[in-house]
Amino acid sequence: MFGFILRRLAVAIPTLLLLIIFSFLLMHAAPGGPFTQERALPPQVLANLEAKYGLDDPLWRKIVDYVWGIVRHFDFGPSFVYPDRTVNQIIAAGFPITLTYGLLSFILAVVVGVTLGAAAAIRQNTWLDYLAVGVSIGAQVLPNFVMAPILVLVFTLILGWLPGGGWSFQNPDYWIMPVIALGTSYMASIARITRSSMLEVLSSNHIRTAKAKGLPARKIIMRHALKPALLPVISYLGPAFVSMITGSVVIDMYFSTGGIGKSFVDSALNRDYAVMMGVTILVGALTILFSLVVDILYAWIDPKIRY
Amino acid sequence: MTRFLMTTALALSFAAPVAAATVAEGDVLDDTQEYRFWMLDALKSADPHKNTSKDGSQIVRQLFEGLMTEDGNGAMQPGVASEYTVSDDKTVYTFTLRPDAKWSNGDPVTANDFVYSWRRLADPATASEYAWFIELMNVANATEVVKGEQPPEALGVKAIDDHTFEVTLKSPTPHFEKTLAFPSTYPVNQKVVEEFGTDWTTPENIVSNGAFVMQGHNVGVDITMVPNPEYWDRDSVILDKVTAVTVPDANIGLTRYQAGELDRVQPPSGQFPRLLKEFPDEAVARPYACTYAYLLNLTDTGNPAVQDQKIRRALALAVDRDVLVGQVLQAGQQPAYGWTNEAIEGFTMPELDMAKMTQADRLAEAKAIMEEAGYSASNPLKLDLMYNTSEEHRKIAIVVQQMWKQIGVDLVLNNLEWKVYSDRMNSQQYEVVRSGWCADYNEASTFLDYFRSTGYNVGKYNSEAFDAVMDASKTSDDPAVEYAEAERILAADVPYVPLYQYTKVDLIKPYVKGLPEHNVMDAWYAKDIYITEH
Repeated sequence: MFGFILRRLAVAIPTLLLLIIFSFLLMHAAPGGPFTQERALPPQVLANLEAKYGLDDPLWRKIVDYVWGIVRHFDFGPSFVYPDRTVNQIIAAGFPITLTYGLLSFILAVVVGVTLGAAAAIRQNTWLDYLAVGVSIGAQVLPNFVMAPILVLVFTLILGWLPGGGWSFQNPDYWIMPVIALGTSYMASIARITRSSMLEVLSSNHIRTAKAKGLPARKIIMRHALKPALLPVISYLGPAFVSMITGSVVIDMYFSTGGIGKSFVDSALNRDYAVMMGVTILVGALTILFSLVVDILYAWIDPKIRY
Repeated sequence: MTRFLMTTALALSFAAPVAAATVAEGDVLDDTQEYRFWMLDALKSADPHKNTSKDGSQIVRQLFEGLMTEDGNGAMQPGVASEYTVSDDKTVYTFTLRPDAKWSNGDPVTANDFVYSWRRLADPATASEYAWFIELMNVANATEVVKGEQPPEALGVKAIDDHTFEVTLKSPTPHFEKTLAFPSTYPVNQKVVEEFGTDWTTPENIVSNGAFVMQGHNVGVDITMVPNPEYWDRDSVILDKVTAVTVPDANIGLTRYQAGELDRVQPPSGQFPRLLKEFPDEAVARPYACTYAYLLNLTDTGNPAVQDQKIRRALALAVDRDVLVGQVLQAGQQPAYGWTNEAIEGFTMPELDMAKMTQADRLAEAKAIMEEAGYSASNPLKLDLMYNTSEEHRKIAIVVQQMWKQIGVDLVLNNLEWKVYSDRMNSQQYEVVRSGWCADYNEASTFLDYFRSTGYNVGKYNSEAFDAVMDASKTSDDPAVEYAEAERILAADVPYVPLYQYTKVDLIKPYVKGLPEHNVMDAWYAKDIYITEH
């Protein structure tokens, strides 16, 4: 197991390097640059900017300098669009915010989703099942960019209970709507996956055996059914977790949270190369890390899996 | 003579109370003096020399103060400079700085601060995106310094003593005075900038000389500003707090405005007519110094047909601007037949023949021109229009497409993402491009210099007559004469299709007082604002 983890981590480094090179090339292939605008900058002003940010270097040089900066100083470079800030500062400011609402959202989605899915499977074809399926389909078809403005409309304008946007680590009022808007569709997916997987497990041989030897229903479900039923849920949760904690452009836009999710889209549109690379690497690294975590969880859940 | 007049005029306005927050008669102040305004994006930089966005300028204006500031009509008012004199050849300006101007750390604001700051703006090491502004101001050696051919010390600025700042211009520049309230010209504190580097603009480190100081900044969320106790005119500041709230979605901005979380928002595109009916006391549309036009590429990469002045005239004639502003835009915009925005101070548009014609006459003439050139519905002139992604640009494009169809033009709409659009426009890879040009300062040359052969001029219009008139305007005693002539030349040559003049639409809570009502640059100063009881 330990050797497996080490091997996986060793593979992560070339994977990230490939990700960097590939993103770098794609990014520079897009027309325009960080300083392209409707009113073009005079050539001498543009030359000064390009010299300052090293944009006049050949492409290979830019990639080498960039990777070297990360390896040596963990420095992801300066933002071109936010001249007072470095990429490290931008991520340090925005990531804790998305991490907070993403994590809470994740917990909400897993707890509600698994409970709903499991309950639906256990009481298949009863009103509870129909309700659970109805709720999860409803939540799935209501995209967050529709849900977010509705939440603001209801809770801020009509009821006046919650602030319509902004962020504070001290005041949980600001967290509620982002958590609900982000978590709902994940919750729906988790509920659906749990339900179908649970149904499959409930009809398998070892459950029949457990029933035959007279175990109480609660014990059968908690000890013998839930764990194997969660296997497909966990493979879904790995990437879902990463995309939740790195935020969502929709949440950051509609709730003005100042999170990192909006930086993805903004940096691409602004051609803010360094920020775009920074967030790409962040997501890349987290994805690699959490797919490893998922694999380890597999081994824990399923005794048949050994590395 | 000039010197005497200038000095007297400004000394007078100094003697009279400066236009800081004068409470109108009958207004009762509210207990909570907080003004909360909407911004679409996160603040890019609070550094006056690095800020590039309009939203950012509004923040920089509260935190810093330049040599001049503006009143509610956009007219220049003394700022850090209490008065100034101009040499007889109009190239040397000497500013007297008020002795009580102070930085928020208590240090006096001196002439050396301005010398340092203007050099910093031009210095290639700063790499300011607005370095061109010091060139636009025509300060001596600005171009050479920006190019790196001369050291920043060569820039035409000098501190005669602590309170006397002298600027030497390359040549007489009528618009120079109008540039002095622009954020790029504001001073920064050398000690703080050098001590903290790029971190000097954080709330903990920043030192500024304006009416307000930055109290907090949650990146992408909000910025709070409170009165600067050291500000020379602190007594006239009424607001206790100014908050800039970032809401990246205009619809949510509107909801939050209605919920009372914001005092001013820009309504989402297309909703103004409805909001005007629903909130007649709150929805306002004011002239805004920008002109919207379709520019024509006159180079070899453009469509050869538009090389013909007559075809260009037909394109301009065939657009029914009244339909455009009255039926499509519906927010008080004015039809444009010329280039300079007519709300610009001291500018009067000459009578242009196209403006006087009826639309039926315009259409008839346009049809005749196109027929003569051999174009018709069955053999249309195919033109490609490039515009960037926006619902409004798309609507206008569709309307113009229909209008041009009547004269035998088949307009192909080509929607591009912002960067691609900008890149192609500036490298002349287009035939017709939508463009909005906005004033940098409140004077007509900010528009007309555009079409000089050396101007931005992405269509590469090149007219010796036009250049000569604009050259003459720089030393003219009354440049308005040359500006009118320049508009006539443009109207005859038609290097572009003018469409409309902008308005700035806003929803403003009725209890917010003191926002400028006639400043076409939409620059406002929180020190003029107060909140009435509500």
